[in-house]
Amino acid sequence: MADNQYSKPRRSFNLLDKIERPTEWLVYLCGWSGILAVTAIFLFIFKEAAPMVPRLDWVQFFTSSRWIPAPGGDNPPSFGALALIAGTLSTTGLALIVAVPVGLGAAVYISEFAQGKVKETLKVLIEMLAAIPSIVWGFIGLMVLGPIIQNIFSAEPGSWWGRAMVFLHLASFETGAAQGTNLLTGGIVLALMSVPLIVSLSEDALRAVPDSFREAALALGANRWETVRRVLFPAARNGLLAACLLGMGRAIGETMAVLLAAGHSNRIPTVLTDPVRTMTATIAAEMGEAVHGSDHYRVLFILGIVLFVITCGINVASDLIIKGVKNQTQA
Amino acid sequence: MSAVAASVTPGENPFAPSEFERRKASWARRKQWLLLVCCLMLVIPVVAILVYIFVRAAPILGPDYLWLNPANKGKEGGLWSPLIGTFYLVVGSLAVVAPVGVLAAIYLNEYAREGWFKRMVSITVTTLAGVPSIVHALFGLGAFVLGMLPAINRVLADPDNPVTRWQAGLLTASLTIAVMTLPVIITASREALSAVPHAFREACWNLGATRWQTIRTIVLPNSFGGILTGVILEICRAAGETAPILFTGATFFKFVADQGWGKYFPFHIGEPFMAMSMHLHVISSQISQMPEVMKFGCAAVLIGLILFVNSFAIVLRIWLRSRKRW
Repeated sequence: MADNQYSKPRRSFNLLDKIERPTEWLVYLCGWSGILAVTAIFLFIFKEAAPMVPRLDWVQFFTSSRWIPAPGGDNPPSFGALALIAGTLSTTGLALIVAVPVGLGAAVYISEFAQGKVKETLKVLIEMLAAIPSIVWGFIGLMVLGPIIQNIFSAEPGSWWGRAMVFLHLASFETGAAQGTNLLTGGIVLALMSVPLIVSLSEDALRAVPDSFREAALALGANRWETVRRVLFPAARNGLLAACLLGMGRAIGETMAVLLAAGHSNRIPTVLTDPVRTMTATIAAEMGEAVHGSDHYRVLFILGIVLFVITCGINVASDLIIKGVKNQTQA
Repeated sequence: MSAVAASVTPGENPFAPSEFERRKASWARRKQWLLLVCCLMLVIPVVAILVYIFVRAAPILGPDYLWLNPANKGKEGGLWSPLIGTFYLVVGSLAVVAPVGVLAAIYLNEYAREGWFKRMVSITVTTLAGVPSIVHALFGLGAFVLGMLPAINRVLADPDNPVTRWQAGLLTASLTIAVMTLPVIITASREALSAVPHAFREACWNLGATRWQTIRTIVLPNSFGGILTGVILEICRAAGETAPILFTGATFFKFVADQGWGKYFPFHIGEPFMAMSMHLHVISSQISQMPEVMKFGCAAVLIGLILFVNSFAIVLRIWLRSRKRW
């Protein structure tokens, strides 16, 4: 039997091998899919927005907060997106203020201090956090965090807490926050959403630091914390920066969570509990009603282009930052 | 010897930490606690919130809740039609994105030479991962609903009978989701492929196998688990996304038969369909006087579903790591 096998080579007809050439062409074609998708996204959005680009009052777009998309009564339509941009920037900024320290701290703990079961459990939990969809985060903001925040930021007029809130710019009036869905709620929800990304990317960056760095630091008498502070942070600086940038990109582009949790009010926030409205939420809320081909419809696509350009810039920048590190360590 | 003995008083540990070292150590300990608190600040509130959602949803959770169709604008009944809609959405997007994504990963890992082109492809994949979901929605609207559907209708639909025209529905939404989840599959598959040692490939080439035979018989079987993890992550993402399907086919209500085949195959590929994420969005924010338990019930089912599917990916990864032979 065994002899037979050696003397007569088995010639099997395998369809999967016969179609080798076409398969390889297919592989090459699919290799283009990423480039194709990004180009198509830009082209199709631009195609819808293009007729409005020369007609839009760009100065007004970036400096006015009068967003009156549909002509009604004696108000002419006016597309001033300043409040929407301010909404995006304020929620993202607040989210980063919360998410960056917490995320970096958690990443350092998981990567350098936690061991065995604790480490595995924390990693699994953070991964689970990342899997929760944005609409659920919005729901959490609307139904769970919102009421809690409204309770905290409410007071009798004239009470010390009411006066303190007005003084510290926590609320506009001494009675506190008018509604539970506001800048603070949106910021917290966005922070919780972008933290898993920041944690996993920063952990990768810390793990990429060679162990010889840690050993050298320990041999010089540094303890764990000093190693982290003086050796790992400088060595992984670019990776950590890229992690924060990508977290910011995620927060800027998030839609459903801020649509439900941030309050949806078109004005520039002045205090922490003002309801705000972001660019993404505006597109999601108004595209359904916008008449196809109208100015309003096309301006929403222009908002999409602005978002696309911002997030692309962030991604390319973070990619360059990470690649820069790799080239340095290889050299 | 005698000098050392003279400088140390008997009974005292000569190696005891100095005041400075003690301060340093306690500072480091305090920092470690602070970092642990960072972790717990992340995990504990979220776990508490999830438990709270499930507790609030508990009265309604049960087989009937999953089995019945929503009635009276979602105020009564169950979640069958959005659930089955999400199922078909996931299947549809997977049918498109899994082959394309895996082949793209094969190209990037096995065929592409190092150079500017490969670099550019990698950058576009990460860029695609960072594009906001609402921008994907706009793309789906522009490319599939306004670009592709009229072309299909010109061929397929009877011009005199508007009923035969395909509308934004499962097809357009699945394609939009597929484009959005492409980087998920590519990244995971690429990681899985690059984990196969290069020596395996070289051994196979030395036996006379071609590039494609090597990939088919050696590389793909050895990276199957990792690719499957990517597929599971794609399922989680596709099931939960709302923004991309808002304008590309999802609707809040569509009649679904209560029994018979119509219950299992409710949506035509060119018809609006219902989906869990869309259902949760509408009942939690758009309809007044919605009973709270229905909102929490829908959220709990969606969370449970996604965490259940996601746990497969985690178990799979742990299992793969435990039986790794190289």
